This record gives sequence, structure tokens and C-alpha cells, in this order.
Amino acid sequence: MRAEATLGGAVRRIEGPLLYLERTVELGLNACVEVQGSDGSIRVGRAAALDEQTIVVEVLESTVGLGVHDTRIRVRNEPLLFGVGPGLLGRTFDSIGRPTDGGAPIPSAARMRIDGLSINPAARALPRDFIETGVSTIDLMNSLVRGQKLPLFSGAGLPHDRLATEIALHARLRRGTEGDFAIVFVGMGVSHDTAEAFREAMATSAALEHTAMFLNLAHEPATQRLLTPRYALTAAEYLAFVEGRHVLVIMTDMTNYCEALREVSASHGELPARKGYPGYMYSDLASLYERAGCIQGLPGTLTQLPILTMPNDDIGHPVPDLTGYITEGQIVLDRDLDRAGVYPPVRVLPSLSRLMNSGIGAGYTDADHPALANQLFASYARAMRVRVLASVMGEDSLPPVDRRFLEFGTAFEQRFVRQEEARSLEESLALGWELLRALPAAELTRLKPQQVERYLNGGARA
Amino acid sequence: MSAGRIRWISGPVLRARTADTFHVHEAIAVGPHALPGEVIQLSGDEIVAQIYEDTTGLKPGDEVAGTGRPLSVPLGPGLLGRIFDGLLRPLDVSSGAFISPQAARPQAPRFGFVPSVKVGERLEAGQRAATIAGSRTEPLLAPPGIAGTVIWMAAPGEYGPDDPVCRVSGADGGTQAISLIHHWPVRRPRPFASRLAVAGPMITGQRILDTLFPVARGGRAALPGGFGTGKTVLQEALAKWSDADIIVYVGCGERGNEMAEVLDELPKLEDPRTGRRLMERTVIIANTSNMPVAAREASIYTAITVAEYYRDQGLHVALMADSTSRWAEALREVSGRLGELPGESGYPAYLASRLAEFYERAGRFQTLGGAEGSVTIIGAVSPPAGDFSEPVTMNTRRCVRSFWALDRERAQARFYPAIHPLQSYSADVESLASWWQVQGNPDWLMQRRRVLELLQAQVHLERMARIVGKDALPPAQQLTLLCAELANDAVLRQSSFSEVDRYCSPQRQTAILGIVVRFLDLARSAVDAGVPPDDVANLPVRLTLQRIGEEYGEQQLAGIRALWQQLEHDFDALSREHAGAR
Repeated sequence: MRAEATLGGAVRRIEGPLLYLERTVELGLNACVEVQGSDGSIRVGRAAALDEQTIVVEVLESTVGLGVHDTRIRVRNEPLLFGVGPGLLGRTFDSIGRPTDGGAPIPSAARMRIDGLSINPAARALPRDFIETGVSTIDLMNSLVRGQKLPLFSGAGLPHDRLATEIALHARLRRGTEGDFAIVFVGMGVSHDTAEAFREAMATSAALEHTAMFLNLAHEPATQRLLTPRYALTAAEYLAFVEGRHVLVIMTDMTNYCEALREVSASHGELPARKGYPGYMYSDLASLYERAGCIQGLPGTLTQLPILTMPNDDIGHPVPDLTGYITEGQIVLDRDLDRAGVYPPVRVLPSLSRLMNSGIGAGYTDADHPALANQLFASYARAMRVRVLASVMGEDSLPPVDRRFLEFGTAFEQRFVRQEEARSLEESLALGWELLRALPAAELTRLKPQQVERYLNGGARA
Repeated sequence: MSAGRIRWISGPVLRARTADTFHVHEAIAVGPHALPGEVIQLSGDEIVAQIYEDTTGLKPGDEVAGTGRPLSVPLGPGLLGRIFDGLLRPLDVSSGAFISPQAARPQAPRFGFVPSVKVGERLEAGQRAATIAGSRTEPLLAPPGIAGTVIWMAAPGEYGPDDPVCRVSGADGGTQAISLIHHWPVRRPRPFASRLAVAGPMITGQRILDTLFPVARGGRAALPGGFGTGKTVLQEALAKWSDADIIVYVGCGERGNEMAEVLDELPKLEDPRTGRRLMERTVIIANTSNMPVAAREASIYTAITVAEYYRDQGLHVALMADSTSRWAEALREVSGRLGELPGESGYPAYLASRLAEFYERAGRFQTLGGAEGSVTIIGAVSPPAGDFSEPVTMNTRRCVRSFWALDRERAQARFYPAIHPLQSYSADVESLASWWQVQGNPDWLMQRRRVLELLQAQVHLERMARIVGKDALPPAQQLTLLCAELANDAVLRQSSFSEVDRYCSPQRQTAILGIVVRFLDLARSAVDAGVPPDDVANLPVRLTLQRIGEEYGEQQLAGIRALWQQLEHDFDALSREHAGAR
């Protein structure tokens, strides 16, 4: 099955990342190719197009230093595979799955395709296990469940890394056995200090031993950046669906990934769609995000927490836009809140968790959790509308009811969104009800009269 | 069979050289695993084709075999209650956790067969030849193109889907065989006897749709919205509660977990009209966003073909396509790989005509067999950045009669369904009014207009209030704002996750609309008589009305009548109190 051949002098042309080889060997589409330059270093590539005379190889690393005459090619007639096995956790890998921590190679128990295979939609199990993250705006208002893909939409300079790290450290299930937990950290085009900060945070909490890190640093070539998440997700799939662990994959920064995709697409001479990004970016992103999930009959789960920085804080930019269409919701970070010193600066209104309703409520969290979340959203949305009104005409001209909403909005941001330390879901729920008590009951149309009676009328009210 | 050899391959597109004859849109099988594909272009001895599976491992020299017929799907019993891929190949748990081209496909079951015609009788296309019993009983109709005298009929019993069960001798003396399934080319609309005019709405159970922006049976509706505005939840609600006989739900380039959600929920839910499981009337076609993109383009056609198959049985079918934008993008992707000249936003220039062709397959028909059947299409559109001026939304808009625009601001306030009442419309309102009249609401047209006018006035007044302040508005206008809020909460808002309110029958819609309009009238005369709007706002009955959908379920229609009395009484008391005070 595994046919190998070494070719010398087959290269006819080199164009950016593309190598045109004379076709002297039987090779299938997407087959893995090793390219060795005169400097002796080995680069990985794959067969991107084939015709009767030519093999077009996309080199997934830098082609600097390659020559037409002195390049040797080794082909393996199989797609790119990643040898995964016990001992992935606690290790650090480079962009293409080679250990960089000086440790021994991973004994490979299975060689899995880095592109993965689509999960059979009929075999998927609906994600239902509520994960407590300790962040009120997530737990109460945009709940995360196991098997979900929930991205952080952030902006340059916002504390998304800190939030992701805290979620990784705190995330726990509320009921049943914990099972084995694992974290896969994928850095795509990240700076060295981002990677180091994450490693340190993991190390100080002794979480490093159940973490695997895949790092593609900012100076490494764009083509490799496209492979890093694929190697990492292959490892994550192995940990989840073979070893049966609950894996949380933190992917940062998806914007760098998309930039690399655009760069590679342009070098292939493809027709661009929006803002120069290739037309297949939706499918390409989906081939990463859709690898999250739960499968019937398999014990492990794969949850994704991708992080992206919105260029110019624009949520309509193709990267957040296409991501939002694929992922199951988004947590949006806000610059104004950050400037006001609110941490975590989660902008509640555009944030959303689509799978929330299948993981909360009676039997999962609290029977009144959905109604409370709903009412908080509605009230805060109204507070925001009033704030716009007040900015035009001044607070004094507002009717008394609106003024109470204005106060509620501020209290919500300062007491509920802002948090110094992790809160349990119970603490978040209690705080939510407490904030609603500042509003007239007649305005709380999302609550049942019984809920108003039970949670609000007991407290001090006007 | 014609054959050729791959000359060039990249991604899902290949060029092959052949000495035989291939046809445009002919289905092909490629390589050692016989991957399905379709011919797109022919030039001389070269064919250009797209492959519906992952092409990893294919190489120049691999065989391309023609099948002699256009891309077709097998139609017959055993579709309902199941999930299929974009080419109508069944998916189920037994196919394994991951999809691979070599995965085992589940074994086709056998079905009971009872003939309805005898040897020697005439059989025309669309006529019932037999009754098939599987999980559900359905007729076996003579497929289009068949006509003649029955010369052989299989005995009643159990047969596999491909076993011949009937032979017909045509006028030209040739014989044709009928089996439980037949293949139909997905891109060709199935024939019908005639098109019929619109008569009656398709009831969706959603107040904002049925009451304000109805869709006719056999109509066409579009559901555009940016991400997070609730397209999928609404599509799923429509799939659950629409009063169609058959639902075809196609997840085109959407999330795998959504398919899991539908598969998890539908078998548990009961059809409020028939009492049977909702799953029993549903066919799910899934090409999730990480499944091969070429099959995504085909999945929409597969779905409409399945819908037409049931229409031909004289059933009312609703097709939910989520999302047509992904289909258009698949079209763009393949077009790009073929090197075609791009039109707007990189979409091929034929996008508009493809969309029009697709939506044209909706309608109310008289079938070949003489029955009445319909196909209603509800297509979700995912405009980039929620911008409705992009090509897919714009072109879809020209094809549909009902336009349900989803609004990000409403969605962010968790006001669902987040359909914007001023940007949405339905072109069939006038012709559907008579249906509501028969249902016992002669005032539907007037009441509906009242609510829409109110919502229009609200936007205008809110703009004004932003400048002069709410308190500075005259009482009548303050009341308008108050009433608009009530209309929004009582009529428009409806939670798909509420067991009480997820479905609203036409009777309950009439009751709710009626009492809300009555409130508007009473409030207006009270304020005209000098009652301050704040007093109207403080009526307890207003609070009850605001939650009426949630508090008064299908079983509490009598409660709404009682509420009506309380409403009259409260306003009566208010006017008397006010007159007394004066």
C-alpha cells in the first residue's frame, strides 16, 4: 500500500510555493511529497494537481533555497498522515506535528489523515453536557456545552488570551463523572510570548501534563499555518474518539490562518471572492470547525474554542462573518468595555450560544435558567436603547421607567459582566435575579408571573 | 457504456480523454472506488466533470465510466423518517462514525406489495399500480414515461426495491418494467398535468408568518438573515409545525450538529394534527459544511426532486432549504475551478437563472394521476455580513412571493422570531384573505393592516421621541408606542423553545389577533376621552396580554374569551373612574 520512490532532477519549474515536477511516478491526488533541497533540509508538500506530464506539488514550507536541478523528491503514495499515540499530552509540537521539546518521538499507535473525515451526521450525538466556565456572561447567558464550537470574536489588544486560558483552567462539568480531560492548544502565527504565556499559565496550575501544544509561530511560512490546526485536530480526534477523553481545543488566531489561506490562494492564481479571500474559505473553515462534536457510542468529545481578532473590530469582515455562519454562536469582546476596565469585556448582546437551549434548564442546570437569561437579554437590550436616547437628550428628560433601565444597564456591566474571579453558576444566577429586582415587574415580560413572585417579590422592591 | 481516462485532476474537477460519447450532465463513476460525478462540459474528445466525493488518491490514467443517464436519484418507499446525503444515499448510524467514500451503505429493506391493477388493464403514468407497505403505506404510481397494457403483475408479497413487480406493453410493442423504486434525473422537473392557482395558505403555526406574512400552499418564501439571527431555529420550527403532509429538510452546507438536533427532536415530537411522530413525515438530506462541496450543489436538486415525488402522490410538500447561499457558493466554487468568467461577487453569471429555475419548481399542481399536490419552498439565505444587497439575496428576492427578513437587532434582544415586520412582505395576502374568512375571521385583512400600520408608526415616533423626548409626545402618540409594544410582544414574539407557544393554531391566532385589536380600539377611545396613557399602561390586563401566547395555550382558547370580558370591564372601569375624577 505504501509505495515510496525517490526522484532526482524531476523538478521543471518553481513558482512561489508550487513545484512543477515531471510525472515519472504514479501518484494520487493529495499524496504526500517530501522535498529535499541542496541544504539537506526536508520540506513537506502535497500533490495539488496532476496531469499526464506534470505533478504540481504545493510545498507546505518555505521554498527559499530550492533549485531546479539540485532538489530531490521523495513521494509516498498516501495522503498526509499524522502518527498519533499515547503520550501526546504534555508535549509540544511544531507546525507539522514534530516534537520540539527535545523529547522522544511519539510512538505511533495509529496513522490518521490530517484532513480527517466528515463525521457522519446520523452518528452525531447532540451536545448536551453543560460546561461551567466560571464566566457569568458565558455560563448564564451564552452557555458552552461539550462538543460545541464557540469562538471568541476579539480585537487586537483585547484580553482574549487571558480569557481563553482562564476558561481552559476552570472549565468543569456540573454533573456526573468528569472523565479524562485534555487540552490541545493550537497557535497559528502567534508570537512567541503568546505561546509562552499560555504554557506558563498551564504550568503553574499543573495542567501542562494534560495539554498538547501545536505551535506555528509568526515567522513560520504561511503554507504551514494551514497545516497546524489539521495536525492538532487530528491529535484531538485521537485523544477524544480513540482514547475517550474530553478534549478542549483552543485555536488562536484564526485570522492569521485566514490570512495564510488568502496568501496561498493568491500564489495559486485563484479567483478571489470577498476582500481577496478565496471563494472556498467557508468550506475550508468548515473542514476545521466541523471536526468538533460528540459521536454516538464513543465516550470522548471534542469542543473547540477558536479565537479570532476581527480586523478593524469589524464583525462583518469575512473572517468573523464566515466563522459565525459555521460555529455554534460566538462570544464577542468589546473595546469600550475593555477601556472602561471591565474584565472580561464580553459584549453580551451580539454574543450567542446556539446549543445553549439543549444544555440548560430543568435536568441540566436550573429550571428557570432559560427565562432568566432571556429576561436579562431583553432588559439589557432595552437599557442600551435608552442609553442611546439619553446620549441625545440627556438623562433628565427620560421617563422614570427608562431611567431605571439605564441604571440597570450600568449595574449589569459593572457587577455582572465584570468579575474578578470565577463564579459558580449558582452565584451567577443569584446575581442575575438580584439585578432584575431593580426593574419594575410590569416590564419583565419574559418571566412567568410565578417566577416574578418567587425570585423578585421576596426582595426589597419599589 | 462509454469510458475515458483522467488526463488532469485538481480538487473536485477533472478533465478526461475519451473516444466514446458522453453527454452533458451525465452521471459518471470515477476511479477504483467508482466515485460518483457528473459531466459539466464537453469539448472534442475531452470531458470536464465534477466529483461528488473526496478525490484524494485519484490520478491521471484512472478510469472514468459513463452511466448513460443524467445524475439521478432512486425514488421509492423507504425515504420517510430517514437521513440521506446530497445524492440521496442513506446515512445512518451503521454507516460508521465517519463518512468515507468506501463506507458500507445500509442494506435496503424489503417492502410489502399489493397490486391495484390486473393483467390486461391499462396503466398510465401517475396512476396507481400497487400499494406498498413499509413503515408507512404509500401508493406505487406508474413513473412518468410509462403507459400501456399490463402484461404481468407480481403476486402480492415482499419485494426488494429493485425487483421488477409489473410489466407494461406500450403502444409501440416494447415492454417496460416497473419496480418499487425508479430513478429520476434531479435537474429535470417531474411532469404534471397542470398548474393550479394559489388557494389557501400553508399554516406554519408561527403568528408573525401566518398572520402578517403568510405563504401560500405551493408558494415560495425566502428567509434571509445574518448569522445568529435565528434562520435555522425558524426553519426547524417550520419543519416541525407546518401543516404540510411531507417535509423535505435539506441541510445544505450547514452544521452537523443541526442535523443531529433535528434527528434528536423530530422522533420525539407529535404532529398536532395527525398525532403521529413528526419524523414519519420527514425526509432529511444532509450535506454538512465539511462534506464534499460538489455534492452540495446537487443536494438542492435532490431535495426538490424528492419533494416532487411526494407531490405526485397528491400530497402537500414543504421543502426547507437551509441554506441556498451555500448552494450558490458551491456553484461559484465549481465555476471558479472551471475558469468561467465571474459575474457579481465572483458568482457565475447564470446564478440568477439557476435560482429562478429552482424556485419555479414550487407550485400547486394537478398531478399526472389527477390528484392535487403542492410543493412549497422555503429557502434560507445567508447574506455575508447580513447585507441584503448581495447577489444571492437580491436574485432570490425576485423569485419569491414571501420575504421574511431577519433582523440582527431583534435577535440580539432575543426577540424571536426576529423577523423584521417592516422589511418583510407577502405578495399573496389578498388571495389568502378568503381562507381566513372561511376559518371564521372575516376581519383578518383589516386587523393585519392595523397591526402593520401600528408598527410602521412606532418606528416613525421612536425617531421623533429621540429628538423631543418621549414625555413630550402628545398622549395619542404615547399610546401608539404603548400599543406597538403590545403588538410586538403579544402577536410577533413566539418562542420555539416554549412547549406552550411553539405552535399556534389558526384559531388561537385569530383569538390573539382579535383581542389585541380590541385592546387597540378600547385604548384609543379611552385616551381620546382624556384618560392618560400611563393609566392604560398600568392596566393589569395589558400585562396579561403581553404574555398571552405563553400563558394561553391551545387548550385555553376559552380563557382568551374570558380575558376579553375582563378587558371590556377594565376599560369600562377606567373610563368611569376618569369621568368621576373629572
